[in-house]
Amino acid sequence: MTAFTINGRAVDVAAQPDTPLLWVIREHLKLTGTKFGCGITQCGACTVHIDGEPTRSCQTFLEDVAGRRVTTIEGLSPDASHPLQKAWIAEQVPQCGYCQSGQIMQAAALLQRTPAPTRDEIVAHMDGNICRCGTYVRIIGAIQRAAREG
Amino acid sequence: MDRTPQFQSRALSRRSFLVTAGGLGIAVAFGSQADLARGAATAPVALGEFRPNAWVTIAADGTISIIAPAVEMGQGITTTLPLLVAEELDADWSRVRVVQAPSDAETYGNPGFYGIQLTGGSESTRGYHSLLRLTGAQTRLMLMAVAAGMLSVPVRELTTEPSKVVHQSSGESLDYGEIAAKAVVPDPLPQATEADLKPRGRWRYIGSRAIPRVDVPSKVNGTAVFGIDVQLPGMLYGAVLRPPVQDERPDAIDADEARKVPGVTHVVPLPYGVGIIGETVEATKRAKDLLNVTWSTTSRVRTYTSGRLLDEYRAIGRDSGKRGVSAHADGDAEAAIAGAATVIEVDYLSDHVAHATMEPMNATARVTGDRVEIWAPTQGPTGTQGFAAEVAGTTPDKVKVNTTLLGGGFGRKAEADFIIDAVWLAKAVEGRPVKVIWSREDDVRHDKFRPLEAQHVKVGLDAEGNIVGWRHRIVADSIFARTLPPVFEQAGGHDDVVTEGAKFNYAVPAHQIEYLRQDRGLAIGFWFAVGVGYTRFAIECVVDEIAAAKGADPVAFRLELLKDQPRARHVIETVARMAEWERAREGRGLGVAYSDAFGSHCAQVAEVSLDRDTGAIRVHKVWCAIDPGVAIQPLHIEAMMMTGITNGTGHALFEQINVVDGEVQESNFDTYRLIRMSEAPEIEVAVVPTPESPVGGIGQAGLPPTGPAIANAVARLTGGVRLRHYPFTAERVKAALEA
Repeated sequence: MTAFTINGRAVDVAAQPDTPLLWVIREHLKLTGTKFGCGITQCGACTVHIDGEPTRSCQTFLEDVAGRRVTTIEGLSPDASHPLQKAWIAEQVPQCGYCQSGQIMQAAALLQRTPAPTRDEIVAHMDGNICRCGTYVRIIGAIQRAAREG
Repeated sequence: MDRTPQFQSRALSRRSFLVTAGGLGIAVAFGSQADLARGAATAPVALGEFRPNAWVTIAADGTISIIAPAVEMGQGITTTLPLLVAEELDADWSRVRVVQAPSDAETYGNPGFYGIQLTGGSESTRGYHSLLRLTGAQTRLMLMAVAAGMLSVPVRELTTEPSKVVHQSSGESLDYGEIAAKAVVPDPLPQATEADLKPRGRWRYIGSRAIPRVDVPSKVNGTAVFGIDVQLPGMLYGAVLRPPVQDERPDAIDADEARKVPGVTHVVPLPYGVGIIGETVEATKRAKDLLNVTWSTTSRVRTYTSGRLLDEYRAIGRDSGKRGVSAHADGDAEAAIAGAATVIEVDYLSDHVAHATMEPMNATARVTGDRVEIWAPTQGPTGTQGFAAEVAGTTPDKVKVNTTLLGGGFGRKAEADFIIDAVWLAKAVEGRPVKVIWSREDDVRHDKFRPLEAQHVKVGLDAEGNIVGWRHRIVADSIFARTLPPVFEQAGGHDDVVTEGAKFNYAVPAHQIEYLRQDRGLAIGFWFAVGVGYTRFAIECVVDEIAAAKGADPVAFRLELLKDQPRARHVIETVARMAEWERAREGRGLGVAYSDAFGSHCAQVAEVSLDRDTGAIRVHKVWCAIDPGVAIQPLHIEAMMMTGITNGTGHALFEQINVVDGEVQESNFDTYRLIRMSEAPEIEVAVVPTPESPVGGIGQAGLPPTGPAIANAVARLTGGVRLRHYPFTAERVKAALEA
């Protein structure tokens, strides 16, 4: 059993210690907002926060998060009221939407540290997150909007 | 197939209007996990609900549920199609709830697309448009007829406001919910014809920029349900090991180690691989890696090496002794070219590309006796029914498909291979659902790639530089020969998706298109814009090559070739103005391209620069003008153009699948390169509708012009260095610069 906190809730998971955190979150805890994209940290769809740090959950293992604090898209805000979530709707960012949980979690970590990022800072921070629908232009716009509107 | 959308003057038949209040309704709430788990489409209509037809259910509280017959893969279609019903029904859009259609082609099939449920070909809006507007109009007439009875006034004195029937002279009005609570389907049904549709000036929703997409809120908080997210009671997991080369079979399976993995319950030999079933997803993945399989070595795909084949295809294209099937013949292009003063003869090539949808292939199935239930991110519910029935040994009507959201489709999810996996494994554990999830590596290696293809284009010019004849030979395997053999055979061996887009609207006196099919064994498929993605690459680059040969400006030359095409001219003129075409940029080049594919007119200008040391192209900005005829949802159209342009850039610069002796060399995003944010161009889109024109397709219309606009920009930047092979990798560009 491995104990950790997810979205403020204490959990104890019986999976093997070397199970990717991604599958623990998605299939053991049924929090399916975090997505499987590549399994090798190349696309960012599985991004969650571990103790506030944006982390690829596909190559993080259950044993790595013992006693730590995990936040997923479901825990970013209680009611989709995070400035980024509001901005994502205002800018109508998602197309298929599959990568967007990871995009938002990645962006949230940026705004935490850099509340008013430049365009270049946004691109540098977000470049590990792939969007096959090519919503990059609107993602940049939504991050700028969230920074502006808080 | 006639793809021109026309209003059918016939009224909708009684058949599609036969369910009344108290019958069974549809309750696959949009993207709701709870409803998926309940088993979807059989929740009864609540008391007081009115279901005037198969498309609309009105609750006593005024909530209006409207069926979305096409699947949502990011193109916004589950907003656009119900909105057409809502427009004519005069529904208050804020009280509309969108419901995904169940698998029922007879009721919900696309009238413009073989009458089946298959979302693709940019055919959804074109195919459903008139049916849905007439349905909305007829439903409104029904509500007015019921209201006339309730108010004891003649129906001709009634009008509607959003979700309300109004009697102007008395000031009385009835909310649609109040009417629904009392309504029965009138007999005879009021008939709706084109004359009953709202005139353009009274549209509330069509053309509005204020309608957000219904699926977006669920996509920012983790509640959207894609196929991979399906959770069902008692669900098991499945993984499938596939052979290294297509069409090989397992000759011997050593599963001893795999079976030892805790949580693994079954090892299932399949005709094309080996399945693992287990209690957890991680157990199935581990066990799959521990399988030791001896594969057959008889597949003819073992001779497939894409680089070598492409050389062969090019040689076939050039060899005029080899004749193909005629795809189009207008005049005698061959003779015209023989008598031409100047001949331009070039080859355009493209490598295979993969779909790489962000959501890898997956599906969930449950087999119970002769019944199959499927939960899947599929573009083709009707096809899914057929393929699943074949595997399960039942009939398609006994297969129920619950379509989830799709994490990208691009044509890949029109295939059924991933669904078949789930049905095979579910058969082994009857009564329990099995969710099969492919690895990304399998998703790439076992994709149905865009065809490897070579195009040979030969154009004759007279002494003044006017085009006298245009021959276009397309050398590639067939998609339809594999996916729709009857269509392929009926067309006499022509494949009109592989050659799609080769026919153009430029005025040329003689135009011939030939298709030279190469049956080489590797399965190829429908990739975003299918044939248009490469035919327009060749055509638009050749147009620029001709312009350069004549010393003409590429924009002016296109306008001259499109003298009688006001819509085409308008998008080209618009985009040229947006991009300030005449303004030279230091160290940067502009290129233009245009496409009339999918019934929409789209022109783009790309601004590029070039690192001459490495050969790397940088696309700084793309401007786009799009005329979709009626612009139902301009915001969505802009978004789809951005998708097309960003992927149009990425596939032109980076995307490349190499097959060596039948084995796909790329496997994940470290080897199959998709465009990233730092490489994506800025994009500016102008939607310039011509609402008197037919509705055009949008899903794929943005991609075809981007690649040729980039190639044309590079040529103008470099004084004529032509890039004629997709993708324009840095190595290829460098080689072209040094040639």
